[in-house]
Amino acid sequence: MPKPLALAGQAVLYALFAATIGWFSFHPRYQHLAPDQALLKLSFSHPGQLREACRTRSAEELAKLPPNMRQPLDCPRERSPVTVELTLDGAVVARDVVPPTGVARDGPSTLYARFAVPAGEHRLAVRINDSVREPGFIYTREEAVQLAPGRILVVDFDPGKGGILFQ
Amino acid sequence: MCAHSVSSPLPAAPARPLRDALERLEAAFDRWFGAHANPLRHLGALGFFLFWIVVASGVYVYALYDTSVAGAYASVQGLSQNQPWAGGLMRSLHRYASDAFVLVVVLHIACELVRGRYTGFRWFTWVSGVPLLWLALGSGVIGFWLVWDDVAQFSAAATLEWLDALGLFGEPLARNVLTADSVDDRFFSLLAFLHIGLPLLLLLGMWVHIQRLSRPDTQPQRTLGWGTLAALVVLSLAAPVVSQAPADLARAPQVLALDWFYLAPHVLMYETSAATLWIVAAAVTLLLAACPALPHAPRAAVAVVDPANCNGCSRCFADCPYGAITMDAHPDARVGARMAVVAPELCAGCGICAGACPSATPFRSIRELASGIDMPQLTIGALRERLRSELARLRGATRVVVFGCDHGADVRGLQDGNTAAMSLLCAGQLPPAFVEYALRRGADGVLVVACAEDGCAFRQGERWTEERLRGQREPYLRERVPARAWRLVKAGRQDAGRVREELASLRAGLRAGTHDRGAMHA
Repeated sequence: MPKPLALAGQAVLYALFAATIGWFSFHPRYQHLAPDQALLKLSFSHPGQLREACRTRSAEELAKLPPNMRQPLDCPRERSPVTVELTLDGAVVARDVVPPTGVARDGPSTLYARFAVPAGEHRLAVRINDSVREPGFIYTREEAVQLAPGRILVVDFDPGKGGILFQ
Repeated sequence: MCAHSVSSPLPAAPARPLRDALERLEAAFDRWFGAHANPLRHLGALGFFLFWIVVASGVYVYALYDTSVAGAYASVQGLSQNQPWAGGLMRSLHRYASDAFVLVVVLHIACELVRGRYTGFRWFTWVSGVPLLWLALGSGVIGFWLVWDDVAQFSAAATLEWLDALGLFGEPLARNVLTADSVDDRFFSLLAFLHIGLPLLLLLGMWVHIQRLSRPDTQPQRTLGWGTLAALVVLSLAAPVVSQAPADLARAPQVLALDWFYLAPHVLMYETSAATLWIVAAAVTLLLAACPALPHAPRAAVAVVDPANCNGCSRCFADCPYGAITMDAHPDARVGARMAVVAPELCAGCGICAGACPSATPFRSIRELASGIDMPQLTIGALRERLRSELARLRGATRVVVFGCDHGADVRGLQDGNTAAMSLLCAGQLPPAFVEYALRRGADGVLVVACAEDGCAFRQGERWTEERLRGQREPYLRERVPARAWRLVKAGRQDAGRVREELASLRAGLRAGTHDRGAMHA
């Protein structure tokens, strides 16, 4: 093949190579979220209350224990699962019973879930129970929220910071 | 009348039409680039080259990177805005070379699959390449996070959600990018550590990947290297990489300009599920890793050393393309004497070692020719016997012996009354003295047909053959052999027509210069 023709062929192929890299580096665009949608993220890492209440040891029980283990309270390690319900305008978006982590089931219950929802004003209600010893929901938060398109609303739970958090 | 061929076939190629198409494409690229600068023949070398471009440009970018929540975005975007001809160019080069790396690696895998080069003695090289895919993708994906823009936010959340789907972590990893308060400066220090550490592991893996190759092809020919670099620089200047909007964990990016080379798995996950992506990733990994176990042709017999004929010259050791030969003490206990030792698990059965052996010359007067190192499926002695019987058969004015290669252009169809066609395991199996021997024993000409330039099925057979015949590599073809009496053709399986033309041309030359032949026949 004549050299000029070969060089032209090389130029075309290098250009094709560069064009392929350049194009797929940014195209096609990906529509991750529809223009009229917002995102709800429900996530927490919370240790439920102890599944069974602590029990006070009797004097006889304490006497049977080695001196360094004579704790007055006997607290079982296992924690309650955390029950959570999230409703939007009265419709249940999520309802879950999150078990405690750990082999002894004594770790925190953890949850991470995301939901694409229509943007606009909504009535958001979140209810949580972190103890099997108490019926119903212990924590409740319900309020009107304005979700702009593309907004991420994080629903977290931390009793130490006020319970159910909308961030 | 049939030509001689006793070698084993190629490892099972999964799709013969695909292989034919690839070889045609390679031949077309040869015409434009030349074989030495043909990117399709040097994808591995191109991968190494792109890796070093990424490293060099990455060092510059990292020197100016701010590993903090507040500074990460601004420091990267500042490269593009404040120093477009230096930092901006380096940033773009870093990105585009990384993208090109993925493209080249995928092509490298596809081409080797189509060529059937994943079984037998190649299993280690193939399998050791599989983890490199994970390391390359991991290195790249984390690089996107460092920019801390919309794409970074999307990719970080997607990756961590994907990892969480395994259920192995006590607390969801995705909570690390849940709100602005979740992200701190240490997060970026960790990312920088991973973005340096994973490529270092990748480099280590690349080194392991080529351990079973002698003289691995890790540097592209100069024009290919400069051409690739120039293409990436032009692209970087024409379409400089810029950041998208800064990451904002209270706002979800809606339309994203994704880098599909690295981030396509995120899209698959959101369009299906995290479990689907795990299944696809695991399936691809396992299928690739299991390729060597797929049904394939029986492994070729390996080279055998004959201590009585091995003088420890080391030529086979120097020429073996797969490092299957080592030199050890000779069992005859002469002080300092050495002998070749073949590692069977590394041997490709190509016979290049036999072609390098000085004791493989057919001029030896022993009744049964035995070489210091030889191939059981086609010994040098058997080759000499066949050559003798073929020479006795040849008639006509221009009697030509054709030595071909089982993996190159098929020479068996050339067999006729005045042509003897013999196909070897590899053209590199041919000791150059056989050319002279054929001419002295009655042939008027010899045509040696090797694989296409840089297209040897055993990496270096066509190169060693040429160097030996041209007197540049031991064992030499003696200078007294007239040049017009022999010819070397490098031809792939698609080039049978060209081989016929070369044969006709050789014959025409022989007819025109009979005085040279007389000297050889003496």
